[in-house]
Amino acid sequence: MRAMEYVRPATPAEAVATVAARPGARFLAGGTNLVDHLKLGVASPETLVDVRRLPLDAVETYDGGVRVGANVLNSDLASHPLVRSRLPLVSRALLAGASGQIRNQATTGGNLLQRTRCVYFQDVTTPCNKREPGSGCSALEGYGRYNAILGASPACVATHPSDLAVALAALDASVVLLGADGERRIPFEELHRLPGDDAATDTTLGPDELILAVEVPTTEAARRSAYRKVRDRASFAFALVSVAGAVRVTDGVVEDVRIAWGGVAHKPWRARRAEAALVGQALTADAVRAAVDDELGAAETTPQTAYKVPMLRNTTVLTLTQLAEEEVA
Amino acid sequence: MEATIHLTVDGTDRSVDVDTRTTLLDALRERVGVTSPKKGCDHGQCGSCTVLLDGRRHLTCLAIAVAYDGAEIVTADGLGGADLHPVQQAFLDHDGFQCGYCTPGQVCSAVGAIDEAKQGRPSHVTDDLEADVQLTDDEIRERMSGNLCRCGAYPGILAAVREAAQG
Repeated sequence: MRAMEYVRPATPAEAVATVAARPGARFLAGGTNLVDHLKLGVASPETLVDVRRLPLDAVETYDGGVRVGANVLNSDLASHPLVRSRLPLVSRALLAGASGQIRNQATTGGNLLQRTRCVYFQDVTTPCNKREPGSGCSALEGYGRYNAILGASPACVATHPSDLAVALAALDASVVLLGADGERRIPFEELHRLPGDDAATDTTLGPDELILAVEVPTTEAARRSAYRKVRDRASFAFALVSVAGAVRVTDGVVEDVRIAWGGVAHKPWRARRAEAALVGQALTADAVRAAVDDELGAAETTPQTAYKVPMLRNTTVLTLTQLAEEEVA
Repeated sequence: MEATIHLTVDGTDRSVDVDTRTTLLDALRERVGVTSPKKGCDHGQCGSCTVLLDGRRHLTCLAIAVAYDGAEIVTADGLGGADLHPVQQAFLDHDGFQCGYCTPGQVCSAVGAIDEAKQGRPSHVTDDLEADVQLTDDEIRERMSGNLCRCGAYPGILAAVREAAQG
């Protein structure tokens, strides 16, 4: 690990100014991803700017939603009464991720900014465009079981590992950011990006921008929501595929539906084509299957990732039809 | 870059000189001399370095020591004071280990998990997010999934946590 300086600013503005003023500085929050990268040699910042103790740890209501401070721990967010009752999808997604210890350490902002678990990204002895731009992508022809099937590029086929991000994509959340130029608010779907020809860049944030909070609307659909994750073992594993679903059925037809997928793309994948195909229809397994296949028309698979298509289809059908049954009951 | 940090470790105040690269695990083991937290994978995947940090179970391998200046840490060594902690006694009674390397982390994690359940915090397998938590075997397995045991002593660990949770 490279020698580095450590600073602990007292305010978000000071943290942002410090990172802006020091090339090679990185924000440190819970550290569950960054500290691992320091050890692996994936990251070698000159300065760690510790933002973990900044007073960004409130969960509070605003008109129409819940605002979550960037430093709220994953475990505290998952068990917060407001979130359990109004945003069960957020609780479920968080509880499906990591372990009890890691959820006690990982923060809301850090969870969203965690980097891909692609084995080549984490192995500095192999080429990886995300870690070392221009070096090539080892996953294209190597071990590719976890690779993306939507929105990938020849430069990068990595998937985003966050469960929370999938839930927030489905719920039309917003992200509040602070940069050297002040505060701004972006739709959650614009936080992460597809790789294109710039695999090294995961998000649309500026280098000195800090997540202050996430705002999540508490809609009626958000109450009828579920997160279903398929993985290689029952607990403490990243998703092969995951589905965040929320639905509101009125008079037998879908009035509002949200579908986001994890484990399939460089960012949480909001399945808007599938949503559009379902609105106004009865929520049957056949209708969901057809809607998913419509969205997956753009999927590109290899023999190693072909399994994700039926897995995603079946998981989405199960998630949405169960929600519809619960609503009827 | 060097820094001096202050930790309370198993009830004793410690002043520790660390490099900014030093993990909390290495600070505890190599500087403070408390070797109860173990270095297993050193990447947050096995749980053998688990301690109670400010009252909650926490990994020490994915923590830079300087960031935890002022923390109160309880390791398995300091859990019970002069006597064994009930969770430690339950591990003995139920053969919740074979080689014992993962055990200090398992024990700290179990103490934290039992406390979380008492606070009503749900898990991935909790049916009703808003109901009280009953520590069924499925709940215990899920809540202890961050601690691996390569000897495979899981049936004994499960029995130990089940008994300790009822006590």
